[in-house]
Amino acid sequence: MTGFETIDERARAHDQWGAVAYLALGVLFGITLVKSEAVSWFRIQEMFRFQAFHMYGVMGSALAVAALSLAAIKRFHVTTVHGEPISIPPKELGRGYRYWAGGGIFGVGWALTGACPGPLFALVGAGVPVMLLAVVSAMAGTWVYGYLRPSLPH
Amino acid sequence: MEWVYQPWPWFAAGPIIGLFVPALLLAGNKSFGIASNLRHLCSAIAPGRVEFFAYDWRARGGWNLSFLGGIVLGAFMAATWMGSSDVAISPQTRASLTALGLDDLSGLVPREVFSWPALLTPGGFVSVVVGGFLVGFGTAYAGGCTSGHAIAGLADLQVPSLIAVAGFFGGGLIATHWILPLLL
Repeated sequence: MTGFETIDERARAHDQWGAVAYLALGVLFGITLVKSEAVSWFRIQEMFRFQAFHMYGVMGSALAVAALSLAAIKRFHVTTVHGEPISIPPKELGRGYRYWAGGGIFGVGWALTGACPGPLFALVGAGVPVMLLAVVSAMAGTWVYGYLRPSLPH
Repeated sequence: MEWVYQPWPWFAAGPIIGLFVPALLLAGNKSFGIASNLRHLCSAIAPGRVEFFAYDWRARGGWNLSFLGGIVLGAFMAATWMGSSDVAISPQTRASLTALGLDDLSGLVPREVFSWPALLTPGGFVSVVVGGFLVGFGTAYAGGCTSGHAIAGLADLQVPSLIAVAGFFGGGLIATHWILPLLL
């Protein structure tokens, strides 16, 4: 057996372990999306009508925990579990069109479907099969963006 | 163990969601963001000759598609085995939605809008098909969704994410207050 095969096998084992780990994290995320009711069209309507604190609480506390975690990761130069450095690529501002225009278009879709991308998929699992069509539609939307991308302002 | 079957309050669910940002970074330097999966799926299924989809989706998006599969599975598990109750929205929201013409406010989503037969109504078609399309187009254009911009991007104090989130809300308010009343 040559060294290359061993490295290859180790890399494959690493990938397989990784796929299971990400799947497990996804399961936890899916459970949380349903149990927090963030997948509910009703909760999204309540949010856009400013009639309850629930969704603001969910997103605000998620943001606070994420921000504190990122600050700690940077401050203490934390690495991944494999010892690799952690880097967060900055988003390019450019002329900013893509953020307000793309963001606004997504916002309209978010209020209409009552679901951002995570909940869109979660609802299929949670027993709203018609959302499968919304997922296909969302893929079509992403595809059309990819096709038009060279002629859109960014 | 009663909490398993009850809806989770925001102060429990929110921090758990926030922890996915560091968890994915620690697991393999991955950025939390669900919308990228729509791009990976396009790249895998129908890349056409579009430059935006010409990349190795397995290498770049394999982990995220795995995460996505977990979301569907986790949502199924929660809906099937972890109790289900109607969503306790505020009385004002009930009144607003009833005034829009919705009779059935049970379940996670209104059945009058989100069902196969309802696709033949303007409200159902626009909510599912047009809404879905705009979610896919908008998130790809904006380079992220609620997870990538509103949580991960804002947590990293990124200005582009702040603009995007303002856009999300602007669009959402327009759709809620001006478009939905015409549809439902």
